[in-house]
Amino acid sequence: MANLYATNSSETKKLKPKKETIRFLLDYSRALRVTKVKDKAFETIIN
Amino acid sequence: MDNTLQDATLVSKYIQGDEQALEQLINRHSHRIYSFIYSKVYDRDVAEDIFQDTFIKVIRTLKAGSYNEEGKFLPWVMRIAHNLVIDHFRKNARMPKFQGTDDFNIFTVLGDPSLNAEKQLIKDQVENDVRELIKELPEDQREVLIMRIYKDMSFKEIAAKTDVSINTALGRMRYAIINLRKIIEKNKIILTN
Repeated sequence: MANLYATNSSETKKLKPKKETIRFLLDYSRALRVTKVKDKAFETIIN
Repeated sequence: MDNTLQDATLVSKYIQGDEQALEQLINRHSHRIYSFIYSKVYDRDVAEDIFQDTFIKVIRTLKAGSYNEEGKFLPWVMRIAHNLVIDHFRKNARMPKFQGTDDFNIFTVLGDPSLNAEKQLIKDQVENDVRELIKELPEDQREVLIMRIYKDMSFKEIAAKTDVSINTALGRMRYAIINLRKIIEKNKIILTN
């Protein structure tokens, strides 16, 4: 029976951003408001 | 194809205010985008920062209504990530970072000569204690010691000022030190820094 030499390394499987980073992005998105006035966009962070 | 359509749907849902759509988009593509960044920078922390900056740009663009590449969400995000990776290397080329190795650490050569907060506190405490101890000395010895140590006067100047010979001033200084040592030993005071 042939051996399977090519395996996915655990390092590749683990390559994901931290949960904290994703949480930060989602919180940032919820807090960000963009108001457009004519051709200008104003960003506001609402806590 | 189905996945691409779903991305487009999620993007328009997010633009309309559905925050959960963004969560789905991030979760769906985080592995691919993060792996792409990591494969270029080979540093977890840098990859994390670039991943975050990539999505901050995505969020700002989508919220500002400037996104016009419906159906090509992932390639668009990958392009942003790619540009940020290039920015990262450009910045590092301008400000090369010196990394020490096991054989040579730059901090063994470069030291910070100033005292840290703890040592400064101890030094202040020791100096205060010494000032208190000096008060215990006889008047003539205390006078010579203060002029020599705190006022940095020469023994010739001290002798002139106190109207004694240089030898007497030297003797008073010597006894001042001996007596200070005695007070320290007698009271078991520990002065260290």
